Amino acid sequence: MTSIKQLESPLFESLAAQYDMLILHNQDSTKAYRTTAMEAFRKLGFPSIKNEEWRFTNILPVVKTSYELTAATTIDAEQLNKAKALIENTYSKLFAEDEVYRIVLINGVVATSLSNLPEQKGLHLCEIKEATEHAAFQEHFGKILNIKDNAFAALNSAMFQDGVFIAVEKNVVVEKPIHIIKVILSGQAMMQQSRDLFVLDQNAELNVVESYLTDIALPVFLNAAAEVVLAENAKFNHYDLQKADAHLRIIQRTEAAQKKHSNYSNYTFTLPGAGFVRNNLALHLNDEDIESHLYGLYLTADSQLVDNHTEVHHKMPRGESNQLYKGIMMDKSKAVFNGKIFVYEDAQKTNAFQQSNNVLFSEQATVNAKPQLEIFADDVKCSHGTTIGQLNKEALFYLKSRGIGETQAKQLMVKAFAFDVAEKIKIPALRNYVEALIETEMENR
Amino acid sequence: MLSIKNLHASVEDKEILKGLNLEVKAGEVHAIMGPNGAGKSSLASVLAGRENYEVTEGTVTLDGVDILEMAPEDRAREGVFLAFQYPIEIPGVSNINFLKTAMNEIRAYRGQVPLTAKEFLQRSREKQELVEFDAKLVNRSLNEGFSGGEKKRNEIFQLAMLEPKLAILDETDSGLDIDALRIVSRGVNKLRSENNAFILITHYQRLLDYIVPDFVHVLADGKIIKTGGKELALELEEKGYDWLTKN
Repeated sequence: MTSIKQLESPLFESLAAQYDMLILHNQDSTKAYRTTAMEAFRKLGFPSIKNEEWRFTNILPVVKTSYELTAATTIDAEQLNKAKALIENTYSKLFAEDEVYRIVLINGVVATSLSNLPEQKGLHLCEIKEATEHAAFQEHFGKILNIKDNAFAALNSAMFQDGVFIAVEKNVVVEKPIHIIKVILSGQAMMQQSRDLFVLDQNAELNVVESYLTDIALPVFLNAAAEVVLAENAKFNHYDLQKADAHLRIIQRTEAAQKKHSNYSNYTFTLPGAGFVRNNLALHLNDEDIESHLYGLYLTADSQLVDNHTEVHHKMPRGESNQLYKGIMMDKSKAVFNGKIFVYEDAQKTNAFQQSNNVLFSEQATVNAKPQLEIFADDVKCSHGTTIGQLNKEALFYLKSRGIGETQAKQLMVKAFAFDVAEKIKIPALRNYVEALIETEMENR
Repeated sequence: MLSIKNLHASVEDKEILKGLNLEVKAGEVHAIMGPNGAGKSSLASVLAGRENYEVTEGTVTLDGVDILEMAPEDRAREGVFLAFQYPIEIPGVSNINFLKTAMNEIRAYRGQVPLTAKEFLQRSREKQELVEFDAKLVNRSLNEGFSGGEKKRNEIFQLAMLEPKLAILDETDSGLDIDALRIVSRGVNKLRSENNAFILITHYQRLLDYIVPDFVHVLADGKIIKTGGKELALELEEKGYDWLTKN
């Protein structure tokens, strides 16, 4: 570790030691991949702010903590009860029991008694470590994620212990959303690395909602990665609802590879809570006539840092990508948006749009937005736009002049600002839930 | 009802209103006319409580209550309504939810229970009909994509719903074609009663053919320099303002 682009941290050494133990006991088909990934991680090291990709996001506070690195393998009765209560309190208003499939993981371990696992022909859902012999796993695992340039993705690939595997067979439409609930309960500082793989075969359709429930007294660092595969004409709506305890630190990378006529929509919503969030989302439009949507909404508060990095790779003709990220920053919070669109030489007739709108709600809040376009084809339609502003004072006055008080008026306006992202949510119950969350957050301001 | 005494107000240290006096009684309609830049719209803004106006002298009371120290929302709750010259578009806020919120906040301020959904809907239908406001627009986002005329009619619809004591119409006639002007005027005439009062700010006598005022005032250089009956408007139309401001 010599470059100024790297951060020195004792965590690096402890992870290396933990890795040695882990690889010694590893007996599944991931061994070679893990070894390569660890080499990549050693080479990359933890990125410092001298690294362009991390310019506005200093990970020092995250990597200087010493965490318990041993992954949990069991769930005790107390944790089970706590998780049960948390789920009932939080999600009773979201989905009715029979509206969704549900998989609950407590510190990465599946809690079968709290889950409602699907029994549908052509749909496979299990823990990732149970999936290593599955044909879809063998075919796609490790093939999509770029670990060469991404330290945390490399680290995850070397050391992940838990996660979810979902495979949907050809022509299978999964009507009910699958709700993945990640419960994190810990009295000690802990690092968890989870890895998901979603594989949709031809004409398959899937809706996944991921969310967090936390009860943690000390920092917990979640380094997650997910690979997504969409075969021809597959359709995937992928929701990530990030609302958690301030002690939670999330760094994650989701990378999707799409085939002809497929449609991947990602929705990343971050609410006040989790102290440090870095989302990396990379889409590869590897074929012709592909559609992709990236929607983000971040409502940040206190001293939160929420960073969204996106990459859209248009590699073949007639692809269409739409990107809309909207943020409202309150208190002393900080947000980063970095969106890159690459249009490769062969990707003629590409339509690629990107929009990032930000509202600073407090004088101490910050946002850094950086839209980027790299176009190597000559017949394309691309646009990007970024706005940073305050709430429209004229509009606020208009509402007040009708007898609406300051708090209510701001609430209405924030809801309105979030509206064009919220309206894209295709599950009505989830949309209502997200809108209610925004309203509640604004009420407390 | 409304009593304005020696009102001085400025924007960014520039004095706009320079000792304005006006008395408006319940049941009356007052028209305020005057040359560009005289302070007509500023008067409307000061009464509604727009932030960037600073009142340096004078008093404004509504039924004996001093409103100058009040926040805009409290003035509205006391019964002041400003129909905007340029109504704001707020995408994502539905017209009807906005009105429901406004109405319930006003009712709460007055110690009244909120209207039930059914009562609200009924009232909304009645008022839509009264002011000839298109039902389709009611459920749209607030003023979003409305034509100029539709926006102005929405102001009158809101006025009908909120039933203020004092309504100030700031150049509501500007940008309206003759049909829209008729509809807006009909609405206002239906809403006139012995319990409320209107202040019409306008450049043109045309509006006053439809809404006949009890008084016409000429506002120039921050003061009311002449007051008369409805005939004064015709005289102004003919002679302009120069003959009043020259000496």
